[in-house]
Amino acid sequence: MLSRVADSLYWMSRYIERAENNARIAEVNLQLLLDLANQPQSDAQQQWNPIISSLEENELFASLYATLDGTAAIDFVGLQEENPNSISSCLTLARENARSTREQMSSEMWEQINRLYLFVQSEAGKELLRTSPYEFFRRIVAGSHLFQGITDATMTHGEGWDFIRIGKLLERADCTSRILDLKYHILLPSGERVGGNIDTIQWMAVLKSCSALEAYRKIYVDQVAPWKVAEFIITHAEFPRSIRFSVDSLDSALHRISGSDEAKYANDVERLSGRLRSDLDYVTISDVFEFGLHEYLGAIQKRLVEVGDGLHATYCESEAITD
Amino acid sequence: MGDFFSDYDVGKFFDEMFSGPGAVRPHYGKLLDRFKEMERAEFDRKRDLAASTFLRQGITFTVYNDEQGTERIFPFDLIPRIIPAKEWDLIERGLVQRITALNLFLHDIYHSQNILRDRVIPKKIVWEATNFRPEFMHFDVPKNIYIHICGTDLVRDRDGNYLVLEDNARCPSGVSYVLENRQAMKRVFPNLFAKHRVRPVEDYSQELLNVLRYIAPNDNAEPTVVLLTPGTYNSAYFEHSFLARSMGIEIVEGRDLIAHDGKVCMRTTKGLSRVDVIYRRINDDFLDPKVFRKDSGLGVPGLVEAYRKGNVSLANSIGTGVADDKVVYHFVPKMIRYYLDQDPILPNVPTYLASVPEDLTYILENISELVVKAANESGGYGMLVGTQATKEELESFRERVRADPRNYIAQPVVPLSRAPAFCETSMQGRHLDLRPYILYGEKVKIIPGGLTRVALEDGSLVVNSSQGGGSKDTWVLDEEENGNRNA
Repeated sequence: MLSRVADSLYWMSRYIERAENNARIAEVNLQLLLDLANQPQSDAQQQWNPIISSLEENELFASLYATLDGTAAIDFVGLQEENPNSISSCLTLARENARSTREQMSSEMWEQINRLYLFVQSEAGKELLRTSPYEFFRRIVAGSHLFQGITDATMTHGEGWDFIRIGKLLERADCTSRILDLKYHILLPSGERVGGNIDTIQWMAVLKSCSALEAYRKIYVDQVAPWKVAEFIITHAEFPRSIRFSVDSLDSALHRISGSDEAKYANDVERLSGRLRSDLDYVTISDVFEFGLHEYLGAIQKRLVEVGDGLHATYCESEAITD
Repeated sequence: MGDFFSDYDVGKFFDEMFSGPGAVRPHYGKLLDRFKEMERAEFDRKRDLAASTFLRQGITFTVYNDEQGTERIFPFDLIPRIIPAKEWDLIERGLVQRITALNLFLHDIYHSQNILRDRVIPKKIVWEATNFRPEFMHFDVPKNIYIHICGTDLVRDRDGNYLVLEDNARCPSGVSYVLENRQAMKRVFPNLFAKHRVRPVEDYSQELLNVLRYIAPNDNAEPTVVLLTPGTYNSAYFEHSFLARSMGIEIVEGRDLIAHDGKVCMRTTKGLSRVDVIYRRINDDFLDPKVFRKDSGLGVPGLVEAYRKGNVSLANSIGTGVADDKVVYHFVPKMIRYYLDQDPILPNVPTYLASVPEDLTYILENISELVVKAANESGGYGMLVGTQATKEELESFRERVRADPRNYIAQPVVPLSRAPAFCETSMQGRHLDLRPYILYGEKVKIIPGGLTRVALEDGSLVVNSSQGGGSKDTWVLDEEENGNRNA
């Protein structure tokens, strides 16, 4: 497969996953505001700041909006074209990448991306975000799921499909780590104690953003506790949005492309992903908290970037003659 | 009932559907019957269905210099253009004759130049043609075929005679619309379509692939064929992607290819991989910055060297542009007589050459009655329709023609035939042309029909999509169904 095409499929997939995750974060924050509606009002800034912080876009936000409130934050995450990571920007980029690789994907896949893009660009889409943002974000998440289902059901499970999976899984691992880190940025109202009512609600919101609350409940019957949430989201081997699961699957997909044994590595990107995979396989939650959760997640994000760079170096910059 | 055609104005032109007010031509009989029983609301639903299909599939073209929505759908008119078998037979024979002569001409002028020695065509007309490539003199192209894919534009005059307006022998576009329009019509009018014996167009991609494989270097039976596109920002990108997809070949950009040691490879995830045949949708000028335009970022440095060594084949060949020069066009009937010793089956539109002194005088004196065209422009650019121009425009074109007579021709305004098209609220006669697509490989194959382009603006004679044109599905009827035998 052409290197450029592999690269475009990978990015197309990353951008769709990113749009989905941003919609999840925003949706859960809306939910959180409802859950806390009967609590003493904290100000809007405090409610929305964590989201902007977790996207690492505080400066950009400040340059575009006079005040940080719900309307501004929702616009920023949803439609703001100046924000390269807004849902609208992500879907535009996903579609651009899809446009240049249409011959690689099924018509159904292309039509789904196009439909999602046209929805976000339409007046109806913009109106929905204004009047019912919760509904808007649900549509994005569902649209992304539909795309993934169509991809698995209609595209040949060959090299291109693996690049799409890698894009999705890498982005998902990164986004999941950011969602978990969200809690780091959320301040407890004064007088509230760690492990108290509000703290618990906030941790539940984190689980919900990863569609993980129900799965978590099945495993941990007792109370929602921070270290258990972190343990579940970072290290669970079978939950499909956990960081470990994403990296495991990502590493397998890489080995499918090269055809090499999963216990070894055939190139640089496999070395990087394999090392990250085994770290996640063997880490304990007390190691994580000892290191500092926020710091640990930051280190994971950095290593995911390295895997992405390694992928590009391995598959998109080759010059060797194989006649 | 919808009553679509009761007020239809046939006008003073040849009308494809009606021979006079209320007098339908036999091959349109069933279509008219269908529309007589159709409600306006049903028709509107069908129009919406067609438009949403195109938009959903992203069948769009790019409009340059347009900030808002750079992608548009090509307006599609639901009334098909119907061509009876006998007419198509004439067109087909005419086009085969023409492509054969054009290929012989190209081979001749890139080798012994007999046609110039025998003074059938003035030598300087060829040597001064912008797209003549003397660098390729005495170069043998694979299988001696120069133009593998040709789009020849036909129009009909007031009496319904088919005339050749121009040949597009470089990178003709539009064929994807032929295939997509057909898909849309089948979806929107399944029963009406089934009632006609319409010759299929769906095998175009397979036939094109056969041509491309046929010209592979060294008769390689399993060649790697790719389509070279300028990229996603090109107005025809949708078509490039469509064709690559339907042929199952890679679509590549210049940056995906690398020429090394006289061979062309593409960069893949498994390293470099040899390429044998390139269907290039990039003009000569941009192919190789080492040979042609140095500022081209679209091409592949070293591609021409590989081509010269016979390690990679190109479709179309380099240098075919001289054959669709509008001055050279004037001489095509003479080529047909010279190489084939036959009378042309499809005549040209009468053409005046500004480089001929008597013609120049005639052009300058009668410019307001003529269509003036630059020799190497396309897409409706560099063109003046004298009857619809302002005084200033006429004067400015007189200046341009006087300054550069070699590069201008003039033709009388052909009163193009019309066919009904649905415009806003009713059926209106609109001018149209026809671009059949000719494939030249082991044999010459012509897709039955082609792209019917229609000028949707009232009175306009310019059908180009960049100038407000739309398109129709083109139905060529099978032999069995001449006239309304089954009606």
